[in-house]
Amino acid sequence: MAEILTPEEIIKQGEPVFVKTKLMTDNTLSYCPGCGHGVAHRITMEVLEEMGIGDQTIGVAPVGCSVLAYEFMNIDMQQAAHGRAPAVATGIKRLFPEKYVFTYQGDGDLAAIGTAETIHACNRGENIVIIFVNNGIYGMTGGQMAPTTLEGMVSSTSPHGRDVEMMGSPIKMTEMVATLPGVCFATRQAVHKPGLVRKAKKAIRKAFENQKDKKGTSIVEIVSNCNSGWKMTPVDSNIWLEENMLPVFPLGDIKG
Amino acid sequence: MTEEIIIAGFGGQGVLSMGKILAYSGIMQDMEVSWMPSYGPEMRGGTANVTVILSEEKINSPVLQEFDSAIILNQQSMDKFEESVKPGGVLLYDPNGISKHPTRTDINIYKIEAVKEAYDIGNTKAFNMIVLGAFLKIKPLVKMENVLKGLKKSLPERHHHLIPMNESAIKVGLEKVETV
Amino acid sequence: MEEVRLMKGNEAIAEAAIRAGVDGYFGYPITPQSEIIEYLMLEQPHLRTGMQVLQAESEVAAINMVYGAAGCGKKAMTSSSSPGISLKLEGISYIAASELPCLIVNVQRGGPGLGTIQPSQADYFQAVKGGGHGDYRLLVLAPASVQEMADFVDLSFELAFKYRTPVMILSDGVIGQMMEKVVLPPQKERLSNEELIKKYGSWATTGKPASRERNIITSLELKSERQEAHNHKLQAKYKEISENEVRFEKLNCDDAEYLIVAYGSSARISQKAMQIGREKGIKVGVLRPITLWPFPSDEINKLADQVKGILTVEMSAGQMVEDVRLAVNGKIKVEYFGRYGGMIPSPNEVIEALEQKLIGG
Repeated sequence: MAEILTPEEIIKQGEPVFVKTKLMTDNTLSYCPGCGHGVAHRITMEVLEEMGIGDQTIGVAPVGCSVLAYEFMNIDMQQAAHGRAPAVATGIKRLFPEKYVFTYQGDGDLAAIGTAETIHACNRGENIVIIFVNNGIYGMTGGQMAPTTLEGMVSSTSPHGRDVEMMGSPIKMTEMVATLPGVCFATRQAVHKPGLVRKAKKAIRKAFENQKDKKGTSIVEIVSNCNSGWKMTPVDSNIWLEENMLPVFPLGDIKG
Repeated sequence: MTEEIIIAGFGGQGVLSMGKILAYSGIMQDMEVSWMPSYGPEMRGGTANVTVILSEEKINSPVLQEFDSAIILNQQSMDKFEESVKPGGVLLYDPNGISKHPTRTDINIYKIEAVKEAYDIGNTKAFNMIVLGAFLKIKPLVKMENVLKGLKKSLPERHHHLIPMNESAIKVGLEKVETV
Repeated sequence: MEEVRLMKGNEAIAEAAIRAGVDGYFGYPITPQSEIIEYLMLEQPHLRTGMQVLQAESEVAAINMVYGAAGCGKKAMTSSSSPGISLKLEGISYIAASELPCLIVNVQRGGPGLGTIQPSQADYFQAVKGGGHGDYRLLVLAPASVQEMADFVDLSFELAFKYRTPVMILSDGVIGQMMEKVVLPPQKERLSNEELIKKYGSWATTGKPASRERNIITSLELKSERQEAHNHKLQAKYKEISENEVRFEKLNCDDAEYLIVAYGSSARISQKAMQIGREKGIKVGVLRPITLWPFPSDEINKLADQVKGILTVEMSAGQMVEDVRLAVNGKIKVEYFGRYGGMIPSPNEVIEALEQKLIGG
């Protein structure tokens, strides 16, 4: 039977199995333990590092849990008003077409208050990457209903469950914008399992390669958990995500 | 010398462009000019008017309530602007479509059958240039050479071949204007 | 040779923007200023200077495009008219808070609400007192001629970059729609990206090289002590602007017994009123604020020692009159006359109001 090494012993051997990308700062993440944002941040920054474009990239942070994304992403960043990230990114990209530009937005930001900016940036085929983290709830403001909240799902503003008669159905933005000619790549990924993390990273890489090749807008939706907003343990929230979120928001490429 | 002019008629009659050509002609004669249009949804078919000021001094207000000269091309404009001509001023109008002719006796009234003349020369689009010619006969504010330079400046290059036609229309106006 | 053209105020702004070396214009059509974007689209400045022009999906998107571009150190601008400016105010507050240089043009129309498309000056409070949320100021220039519409574009960007602050040109439907002679400024070169990085690389997001820390454009600071410190910094900047950038024009003020204070198209009308008044033997002068913020309060205060009364003339229900009263601080009578809702005061109405309200009729 092989000897089981402690982490310290593995590091001592000089061959760490994981090295944090230099494009993440050393600041402690402000996200709840178990939240998908940390992984989504990391794989995005890893893609930039692997492509060698971190010094040519400008990111746009939204309003929502990831409002402070610029604290963690070690690249030049702009913080946008709620929902306006695709417009801000348009302004940057139009005047700096040789730079890489991406937005990182949640469901409230992208699919509610920023619907117009999202659809029109996609419709113009802005040559940017949109990373869209969908956890079905407003995490930062304390668990209110989002446009992607599931039917019957409890939130602080749908305490008796989302009644679709009254509140509408969960909106599928990625499918919607996939219909637009300006969008070259629309995909839905998840980051709650190692295999899915690898796939999500590949999708993000493809999105930035599309930008390099001037193909138009790429949108990578990442279905994530919100264990504190959903009032579950991280493990339970990942099971709940599989059983409830994924049937409504199935994973896989939608376009491109 | 300052001349304050209102040109008023239907949208589509060339009211605004006539004013623009007059203003550009003023510039060619080293005058100060201003051109202030009515603007808004009442453009085509509705009423349109423009205030043009030509002056040897700096122009203060571009918006006026009374005028030295009024060029009136439809009944609504007659109703609105006859009273705004300063005593001793000029009112020039085309009687075509006018049911209530001007009645003031303290101003100088002229008419030009511009619709008819434009039809006779076979170019209804030259209507506004005939009116401009008539006005320049009454008020020779700018020399003909400067009017031609103004035309050239205000027309896009692709329309420059129309300048001789416009010139002859202006001459028709110069000849055919009548005192009332 | 000087290039003299007959242009609308709106067209003059657009042409001057190309010549000022502006990098990007982002706008949404609204009467009475749509000629600005129409002119730019027709002119295709990307072929002349590389300037980009984009019709956004809304005024909200347009101002946020300006935010993104300005955050890169680019010369960016937008224009709109009153209801559209209301929509932009969120973005303007963010731009002021993030200390980004840019130009916002407001060709005012009558309000409130959808109001009218005719000229107005009823957005004075909105422009000079902030408008959006939080303690911020816009540097506000008020052109009174087509020439100034052209001249103030480059001036606005000089000031915007000098102080890293948004500048507004507060115009109105009269100045936007009228045509006058205009002498166009010479073409300024746009900055190359290398020049831009050299000049603004200390703060602009241009891509983080290994040689510096990352640049972040943000207005968020959750720690109250630090947010207060940021506000102190903004206020210190506003103090510097108010000490250095007051601009105004005085006409016939030397012997004046009565003073009209008016800006923009109201100042033009008031000059005619002054002429009529002088012909009647009334010694009246005009002070025309060119910067509405910072406001020429000191000059008005000085003139209050000389004249018997002041009349403000505005196409609003009486907004600037409040700043004139603050400047005069009770020394003499300050009255207001105006028309609004799209109505324009006549020179005769102005002089009658002055006679009635100040001289006593």
